[in-house]
Amino acid sequence: MGNTTGFKSYFQFNNVDWGSMMSATWETVWMTLLSMVAIVILGIILGLILYETRNKPGIGYRILNWIVGLFVNIFRSIPFIILIILLLPITMKLAGTIIGPRAALPSLIISAAPFYARMVESYFREVDSGVLEAAESMGATTWGIITKVLLPESKPALIAGATVTTISLIGYTAMAGAIGAGGLGNLAYQDGFQASNNTVTLVATVIICLFVFIVQFIGDVFVKITDKRTL
Amino acid sequence: MIRFKNVSKQYSTKDGGLTAVNDVNIEINDGEIFGIVGYSGAGKSTLVRMLDGLEAPSTGEIDINGTDVAKLQGSQLRKQRQKIGMIFQHFNLLWSRTVLDNIALPLEIAKVPKAKRKQRAEELIKLVGLQGREHSYPSELSGGQKQRVGIARALANEPTILISDEATSALDPDTTNEVLDLLLKINKEMNLTILLITHEMHAIAKVCERVAVMDSGSVVETGSVFEVFRHPQQEITKKFVSEEFTPQQSDNTMTLDELVQKYPEGQIIRLVFHGPQAELPIVSDVVKRFPDLTVSIISGAIHQTQEGALGSLDLQFVGDEGQINDALAYLKKMRVGTEVIHHG
Repeated sequence: MGNTTGFKSYFQFNNVDWGSMMSATWETVWMTLLSMVAIVILGIILGLILYETRNKPGIGYRILNWIVGLFVNIFRSIPFIILIILLLPITMKLAGTIIGPRAALPSLIISAAPFYARMVESYFREVDSGVLEAAESMGATTWGIITKVLLPESKPALIAGATVTTISLIGYTAMAGAIGAGGLGNLAYQDGFQASNNTVTLVATVIICLFVFIVQFIGDVFVKITDKRTL
Repeated sequence: MIRFKNVSKQYSTKDGGLTAVNDVNIEINDGEIFGIVGYSGAGKSTLVRMLDGLEAPSTGEIDINGTDVAKLQGSQLRKQRQKIGMIFQHFNLLWSRTVLDNIALPLEIAKVPKAKRKQRAEELIKLVGLQGREHSYPSELSGGQKQRVGIARALANEPTILISDEATSALDPDTTNEVLDLLLKINKEMNLTILLITHEMHAIAKVCERVAVMDSGSVVETGSVFEVFRHPQQEITKKFVSEEFTPQQSDNTMTLDELVQKYPEGQIIRLVFHGPQAELPIVSDVVKRFPDLTVSIISGAIHQTQEGALGSLDLQFVGDEGQINDALAYLKKMRVGTEVIHHG
C-alpha cells in the first residue's frame, strides 16, 4: 500500500482497512468485557477469602489465608507477557488453541484477578467496623454480614477498582494481541508496524483511547450513583 | 432480670495481662433504666458487650432471665442477640441504605417477611418522629436524627433490653436531651429495660433510676441515682457528681484549689438539697438567723432527676467560728446535706 514516510505517514486514511479495524475493535471489546466479568467474580471471591481468613484464630483459616495469599502474590508479580508464554499449555487445554482472542482469556483472567482481589480485600477492610459490629449484635450470620453489609457498603469502591482493573486490562489485551491474540493490539502490530502503515497504528491507538475513556466515564457514573455518603 | 455474677475479663497484651473488667456483680431489674458511668477505659463497654456475646467473660456468669449468655453459641447466640437492641456513639448506620432500609435490616436478618418488615419499619419511624424522612440516606440527616434511626433500628425486633453505649456522647446538649427523652418514652411505653453507658452524669441524672459507677474495671459504687447524688461515697463518684453540679462556665470551670485561692477567708461550704427542700428559703433563713455572718454565693445548680429535684449550692461563710458552727448545725437540722470544702 502506501509508502509515505515522516509525519504524513500517520494520515494516509485511504490505507486503512476499516472492515478489519471494526472486527479488531470488536475483538478487543469482547475480550475485555468477558475477562472482566470473570475477573470481578473471581477477584471478589478471592478478596473475600483473604479478608475473612485474616487474623482469625484456627489453623484452617491460617492455611487458607496463606495459600490464597501466595497464589495472589505470585500471579500478581509475573509480568503479563511472560505469563502468557508460561500458560501456553494450560491455554491449549482450556481454549483448544493458542492464538486468537479466546486463547487470551485464561492469561488475562489469571493475571488480573489477583490484582483485583488485593484491591477488594483492602476495600472490605475499609468498611466501618462499627457497622459490622452493629450487624453482628443484631444476630447476623457471617454470610448475612457479607451480603447485607460488606458488599453494599463497599460497592462504590468495588466499582472504582473494577474500572481501574478494566483499563489496565485493555492494555493487557493489546499486549496479548501482539503475540497473536487478535484485537487492536494485533492489528496495530501486524497491519501497522510490520506493514509500515503508521495510519493503522494511529487509528488503533485512538480507538483504544476512546475505549478507555468510555470505560472510565461509565465507571465514574456508577460510582456516583451508588455512593450515598455525600450528597 | 439481668445479673452479672463475679464477671471478670482479662486480655493478654504484649505488656502482660490487662484486666478490663474486675469481679463485677450487678443486678438490673426488668423495665428499669440502669446507668453505668465511668471514664473511658473503665470497662463499661466491655461489660455490656458481654450481654450480646460480642465479648466473652474470662470468668463469671451473665444471666439474662435465666439464660447464661456466656455459654451460648451459634444460632442460639444469634437468636439471643435479636432480643437485645443496641445503640452506639457513632450511630453505626449503613450509609448505603435509606432510613427505612436501615431500620428494616435487623428484620431482614431475623428473616421477617418483606411486607411485615415495611409495616414494622414505618411504625418505628412514627415512634421516633422521623415521618417524611423514610427515603433519606444517613448522610442527609443530623446527628440527632441519625440516633433516632439507630434507636428505631434497635427496637425493630421488639427486644426486651436496650443497650445505649455512649449514644449521646457525640451529640450537642439539646439533642442529647431530645434523645434521652425519647429513651424515657420508649422505656415507659414498651416496658423496656435500658442500660445506659455514659461518662456524662447529666444523662444518668435525667433518666436513670439506679446507677453503677465503674473505675478501672470495677464497680466502686451502686445505688439509686438520688442517693448517689446526695451522698457520693467514693472519690471518683464525688468527682462525677461535682462535675455535674458545677455550673458549666464553658471551659473555665473553677477547680477546688482555684476556689480556695479566690475565697481565702472563712469557710466554703457545699449544700446539697433534694426534693421539697430545694424550694425552701433556707439560705435567707441562715442570713436572718445569723446576722453577723457574711454569706456569699459562689456557685449553684439544680438538676431534675427521676426522683425529684436535686440542687447544690457553694457558699462562703465569713465570720465568727462559733457562728459558723451554729449555722452548720442549723443546716443539718433542716436536713440539708452539708460538706465543708475548705476551712479558712
